[in-house]
Amino acid sequence: MGFVIEVAYFVAAVLFIYGLKKMSSPVTARRGIVWAGVGMLVAVLVTFFQPGLHGVGNYLLMFIAIVIGGGVAWVSGKRVAMTDMPQMIALYNGMGGGAAAAIAGVELVRHEPMTLTVQLIAVLGALIGTVAFSGSLIAFAKLQGLQRKTIRFPNQKFVNMAVFAVAVLFGLIIGLSGTGYSGGLLFVFFLLALSFGVMMTVPIGGADMPVVISLYNALTGLAVGFEGFVLGNPAMMIAGIVVGSAGTLLTQLMAKAMNRSLANVLFSNFGSGGAAVQAGEVSGSLKPIEASDAGVMMAYANKVIIVPGYGMAVAQAQHKIWELTELLGERGVTVKFAIHPVAGRMPGHMNVLLAEAGVPYDMIFDLDEINNEFASADVALVIGANDVVNPVARTNPDSPIYGMPILNADKAQNVIVIKRGQGTGFSGVENALFFEDNTRMLYGDGQKVAGELIQTVKSL
Amino acid sequence: MMIEGFVALYIFMLAAFTGYEVISKVPVILHTPLMSGSNFVHGIVLVGAMVALGHAQTPLEQLIGFVGVLLAAGNAVGGYVVTERMLEMFKSSGKGGQ
Repeated sequence: MGFVIEVAYFVAAVLFIYGLKKMSSPVTARRGIVWAGVGMLVAVLVTFFQPGLHGVGNYLLMFIAIVIGGGVAWVSGKRVAMTDMPQMIALYNGMGGGAAAAIAGVELVRHEPMTLTVQLIAVLGALIGTVAFSGSLIAFAKLQGLQRKTIRFPNQKFVNMAVFAVAVLFGLIIGLSGTGYSGGLLFVFFLLALSFGVMMTVPIGGADMPVVISLYNALTGLAVGFEGFVLGNPAMMIAGIVVGSAGTLLTQLMAKAMNRSLANVLFSNFGSGGAAVQAGEVSGSLKPIEASDAGVMMAYANKVIIVPGYGMAVAQAQHKIWELTELLGERGVTVKFAIHPVAGRMPGHMNVLLAEAGVPYDMIFDLDEINNEFASADVALVIGANDVVNPVARTNPDSPIYGMPILNADKAQNVIVIKRGQGTGFSGVENALFFEDNTRMLYGDGQKVAGELIQTVKSL
Repeated sequence: MMIEGFVALYIFMLAAFTGYEVISKVPVILHTPLMSGSNFVHGIVLVGAMVALGHAQTPLEQLIGFVGVLLAAGNAVGGYVVTERMLEMFKSSGKGGQ
């Protein structure tokens, strides 16, 4: 039986890597996750037959926990709205981190003799897993709107660092003292790690949460890999470390898309929406346009590029926008979607939302792919996006978003901006695009306005 | 199976490179599903949590182990469901939009 189990774990590890590899293209991605799922199923099933597991009670508990945990996750995962996906990912990730910490907890509570290296790694995995657990829960709460306030106080960084240092110290004592540590010490260690995760995440602004979630995802992977080492389970080691490094890379890519370093995200408190700097030199006036005129303009264009933002998703306008796109397509207009890497609440989130509306992925283009095309577009339709099309990022070094790569919507012949009111975007920076000569403002709720555009195009 | 010293180090190193290489060519369009997918993959922690609970001897160990398995099962199942739902929606215009 032991051999069969080892083979099963090996197969699972292969399937995980194969599955993740398949996920690098939208054509094969779904098959990828299904294969990874098969790997997981095999690994979990053989684990019931692992030698050394004992007690009917333990088996019963195992079964109950899987049914409850899996059942609740299944229902919530099936029901969650696509706009709320980022916080669900944070929540599931936090659970993984907590599980890794619990594994270390069981091993350490038992006071089992371990070699020095193994014991230190168990403690390290516990620390990382616990931080990922409590941090992810805060990230979930923030994105879900449960915790709206960003809590900050003077010398916060130093207090956080102090808590972390003490947690590490306790961890070192536990890791180095063989079986000689007390239960109380363990308890305080986990408590410190829990509070550090909370304290580290609480001051970070909502706009930065995607990067933070990705970071915690990588950390959970790492913790899982470490606990795999403690248990001598190579499947856990490989899967955990693969996710750890993949998540680290993803985190870097996301931070880069916002033109910021990871340290900047974690420690600088940008995107809080507080006292934002006003770009003083924006001149010109906002020029409104009627939906009927905008519709005509698009219907007789050769090429239209649509720039959607989270505002579109919140207004649930993506279905109407896709209907409009189809109508324009029937009239021979070339329509493309331009997606900024950080549009939505998570990199790639906008792609998911458009996919939900039925927009085929080969009509959707990244910033690098499409930015040169704006100059040849007759109309750029900006709906619910703001900061990602603000030319100030290119021109004004004083602006907080200076240097962030933006979509060159301002280079199009005409720009139509669908927007509810005259307020500023997430970063609180005035958008110079709205004041340009070739820009027209189309005020109203995204879904309603899109409906009017559809009517106009249909009536032509 | 016990994995010690340099063998463990080799596994770590190779797995780290594998993760990096597998992800480095992924287009931005798939970043959210991929993050969710990698989130699912570390749901393998369920296996470890089951082992930990299976070895539990005292009620406290059983309690911690139970919580571990509960959380891990949520991680694995939730990660899978959510990722699959997202990927299901990606279609190419070649096959028709809807």
